[in-house]
Amino acid sequence: MSSKVTNRIALSLIVLCAVIMAGILAALLGYILVNGVTSISWHFLTSESSTFQAGGGIKDQLWNSFYVLIITMILTVPIGTSGGIYLAEYARPGKMTSFIRSCVEVLASLPSIVVGMFGMLVFVDYFQFHFSVLSGALALTVFNLPVIVRVTEDGFRSLSLHQKEGGLALGLTHWHTIKTILLPAAFPSILTGIILSAGRVFGESAALLFTAGMSTPSLDFTNWNPAAPTSPLNLFRSAETLSVHIWAVNTSGIIPDIQTVANGSAAVLVICVLLFNLLARALGKVINQKLSGKS
Amino acid sequence: MKINRAAIAQAPGKSPKPSLLREKGLAKGLIDHYSETRGKIVIYGSALLMIIAVVAITLFLTVQGLRSFVVDHINFWSFITGTTWNPDQSIAGKVSYGAFPFIFGSLAVTLLAAVFATPVAVGCAVFMAELAKKWGQRVLQPVIEILVGIPSVVYGLIGLTVIVPFMRVHFGGSGFNLLAGALVVGVMILPTVASIAADSLRAVPDTLREASYAIGGTKWQTIWRVVIPAAGSSLVTAIILGMSRAFGEALAVQMVIGNTNTMPHSIFDPAATLTTIITLSMGDTTAGSIPNDVLWTLGLILLVISYIFILIIRMLSRRRNA
Repeated sequence: MSSKVTNRIALSLIVLCAVIMAGILAALLGYILVNGVTSISWHFLTSESSTFQAGGGIKDQLWNSFYVLIITMILTVPIGTSGGIYLAEYARPGKMTSFIRSCVEVLASLPSIVVGMFGMLVFVDYFQFHFSVLSGALALTVFNLPVIVRVTEDGFRSLSLHQKEGGLALGLTHWHTIKTILLPAAFPSILTGIILSAGRVFGESAALLFTAGMSTPSLDFTNWNPAAPTSPLNLFRSAETLSVHIWAVNTSGIIPDIQTVANGSAAVLVICVLLFNLLARALGKVINQKLSGKS
Repeated sequence: MKINRAAIAQAPGKSPKPSLLREKGLAKGLIDHYSETRGKIVIYGSALLMIIAVVAITLFLTVQGLRSFVVDHINFWSFITGTTWNPDQSIAGKVSYGAFPFIFGSLAVTLLAAVFATPVAVGCAVFMAELAKKWGQRVLQPVIEILVGIPSVVYGLIGLTVIVPFMRVHFGGSGFNLLAGALVVGVMILPTVASIAADSLRAVPDTLREASYAIGGTKWQTIWRVVIPAAGSSLVTAIILGMSRAFGEALAVQMVIGNTNTMPHSIFDPAATLTTIITLSMGDTTAGSIPNDVLWTLGLILLVISYIFILIIRMLSRRRNA
């Protein structure tokens, strides 16, 4: 076979791979949206889920997903960005730094179910938080921290050295330079990364199974006192999130309309993740334009 | 002098305390000094927290996972190699803890998923990095990012409603089998592998390609003989990262694999993995009992194997840098 023919065949195979990849996305999204959108209705989004009857909604699960996400982000973003700043600005090459780097790497590649088991052992049992929003958010923090650290470090490393040198030349301390010059400059890329990671946290399920629990008390959306057991804001109540709900309905659900609920929930989940993705892109673009003065 | 002092004291709204410090910038220096320390504490604290997290996870899971050997006196060797998992005496009234079917299931799913995902992912990476850089950047990059973002339960749900019925119709049985699990996970890790592989191909210097074209190599010869070998170990890293994700995946696999306690005899038999047995049984056992302890041991095995994956990846990257 001449090399030209081989060339042609091989290149078409490669194009085929790319087409398969794009095709898979189109098929997945198409399938989820076509099947799911029909079962999304105002009623579905705003009514409580039912344990054995048809016609349940996902109001509480949807709220729980967002609530756990917000708590996780409140915990992760400050710690993660400072950790990233440490690695980008303060860490000197040496044993300690490489150890911290390995720790970040290990945290990033641990299976989420292992993180869930750890959360069950430590937050749920040892600290007696029980199956709660807080336990879930802490477990997800372990899981999300390395992502934010990396995003921050990359953001800082992509800045040009002139900015830092300028700050230091004015006689600012290192920390002041970081706070007033470098952090604002790196902010857009960090923000984009945070929003993208939010999508991941939003869809996470295995780590939440053993920490946030698989049930939700019937929430009273008129009671916003965080200490009340049925308050949506209560940190110490169990909280089944949307993705856990999809799993639970499919594996142990006895409601007659499993298909509808599962497809509808999946569609809501995917739409949210897509929105996070679009938001990150749009924000990145807008901020970039503002910074480069082309608005 | 006296008058002067009185005037200052009576001046409304002005602080009587020294403005000298502020004027000379001494106070600012002092405050800045504290803020420097404060900032450092915050930052060093977060780095420390990361170490604490890793050490705590390893320590707690190890201690809890070793209970079944230390407290319950289960033989380590028979635990790892035994093929009968019978924690509630349902078969012949004899309790036995043989975790091999799950270890085997996990490895089989991981390897099969890698076999499915690697060719497509690498092909896609080559397309993005070599053939159509503009198009790859503008179309495939977002595709990959969105695919990475789709939650794993959604992959599981699609597996359950599409792949399982397909298996049932074409290969008989219940449709829940090893192959279905591997397919779902294979599709899941596809985007991860593709994006890392594309990065490693892009890192190959252009001079190598130009040299190959200069001696008359075709595009394919350049890719196959020059670019891929040059990217070699980073490509392997991409595949192993994908495998480590496949290994740790829990719920998506659990929804389609069938979850039996027995060894599968072919890829069309239902099976179970370490993660699926943990997710399924954890809620049914009471803390501190032997059936609960052995689940933690399975978790420990999971942790150990993911550490092995991390070590392999580190070794590959060290060899690359050396």
